[in-house]
Amino acid sequence: MLAVDVEKKLGTFEVNAAFQGDSGVTALFGPSGSGKTSIVAMIAGLSRPDRGRIAVGGEVLFDSAQDVDMPPHRRGVGYVFQDGRLFPHLSVARNLDYGRWMSGKARDEAQVKHVTELLDIGHLLKRRPGALSGGERQRVALGRALLMQPRLMLLDEPLASLDAARKSEILPYFQRLRDETKLPMIYVSHDPNEVKALASRVVLLDDGRVKAAGGIELL
Amino acid sequence: MFELSPEEWTAVALSLRVALVATAVSLPFGVAVAWLLARKNFPGKALLNALIYLPLVLPPVVTGYLLLIAFGRRGIFGSALENIGIVFSFRWTGAALACGVMAFPLMVGAIRLSLEAVDRRFEDAAATLGASRAWTIATVTLPLALPGIIAGAVLAFARALGEFGATITFVSNIPGETQTISAAIYTLTQVPGGDAQALRLVVIAVIISFAALIVSEWFGRRAGARVHGV
Repeated sequence: MLAVDVEKKLGTFEVNAAFQGDSGVTALFGPSGSGKTSIVAMIAGLSRPDRGRIAVGGEVLFDSAQDVDMPPHRRGVGYVFQDGRLFPHLSVARNLDYGRWMSGKARDEAQVKHVTELLDIGHLLKRRPGALSGGERQRVALGRALLMQPRLMLLDEPLASLDAARKSEILPYFQRLRDETKLPMIYVSHDPNEVKALASRVVLLDDGRVKAAGGIELL
Repeated sequence: MFELSPEEWTAVALSLRVALVATAVSLPFGVAVAWLLARKNFPGKALLNALIYLPLVLPPVVTGYLLLIAFGRRGIFGSALENIGIVFSFRWTGAALACGVMAFPLMVGAIRLSLEAVDRRFEDAAATLGASRAWTIATVTLPLALPGIIAGAVLAFARALGEFGATITFVSNIPGETQTISAAIYTLTQVPGGDAQALRLVVIAVIISFAALIVSEWFGRRAGARVHGV
C-alpha cells in the first residue's frame, strides 16, 4: 500500500528510513526528535527528501531517481496536525468544507452527514475554531482531512496536545474511523498505549533510522 | 462660519478623490511589494526596500521634482504614457500619483508586517487539503493578513489626504484641478484676510482625518476578531 524510503539531512540530524505500510494503521513510534514528524512531512510533500522514493497504492508521489515530486496539493494525502491547524478565519463548517471547495467537486451532503455523525461534531458547525475545546478541535481537524477523501491519512500525534481524560475520550473516534473506513493510516506517536489501541503495524524509529518494524508485540 | 464656498467644496471633494484613487490604485502594488519583501529572497532586495522607503526620508519637494522629471510631459515615462492617453502633469491624476508615491512606504510597511505575522503552518494545512499555492494565498494568507492590509490602506489614505510638498511641486496648485485641501489652506494663508477661510478648511481636514481613523479602528477590530476566530 505504502512504501517509503527517504533520506534527508536537517542540520546535524539525518533521517534515513525505509518502511512499508498496509491498509490498516501503521504506527511510527519513537521518542521526540527521532524523525517521525519529518518523515510524515515528506510523505505529505511539505518537505522534500534529499533522496528516496514514496509511493502510495502504486502511485509514485516522490522519486528522486525519476525526478518525480508531486506538489502537496495534488497528493491526496490527508494530514491531521498535532495542533489541529483549523483555519481561524473560517467557521467549523467552512473548515470541514475546505478540501471539497479546493477540489471544485460538488458538495456531498450524505458524506458530510456521515463524517459529522461519526465524529460527533454536528453541533459545532457554526462555531469558530477559537471557541472549541482541544478535543473538539482535533475531531474537526480529523473530519476536515477525511472529507477531502484522501487515499492515505497521516495522523501526527493528534492526541499529544490533550490531557489524559480527553485522550481517552477521543481515542474511540479514531478506532471507529479505522474500523469503518478502509483508509490506510500512518499514526505518529510516542505513547505505547495509543499505539496498542489503534495500530496493527509498528515502525520503531530512533535517531532518524528504523530500528525495527513488525506487529504491536514490538512495544 | 460653516457655509463652505464652492471653491472650498471643490478642494475638499478633490482631496477625497485624490486620496481615494491614490489608495485604491496603489493597494494591489502595495500587497505585491509587501509580499516580495516579506516572503521572497532575491538579488537586489535591499535595493528595492530602500527605493520603496525613499519617499519617507527624502524632502517631499525632491520627490515631487523627481516625479516631474519622470512623469512630466517631457519625462521619460510621462511622454510614453501620454501616447496611450495617460497624462499626469498639472492634472488631478498627477496629484494622485504624488500622493500614492508618498503614502506607499507606510502602506507597504503595515502590510509587510501583517504578512510576516501570518502563521505559515496554516498554509501547509491548506496545501494538504488540496489548495494550490495561488488558492492558499487567496483563501488563507491574505484573509489572515486582512487587518494589516486594512490598516495599511487607511494609513496611506490619511497620508495621501495630507500630502502637500510633492503634489504642489509636481502638479502645482490649480484650483479645481490640483488644489487639494492642503494646497488651498496654504494659498489662503498667503492672502490678506484669508485666515477665516483657512481655519474652516483646517477644521474640515481634522474632521476627515478623525473619521478615517475611527473607521479604520472599527474595520481593524472586526477583521481582527475574524482572524482570531472567536
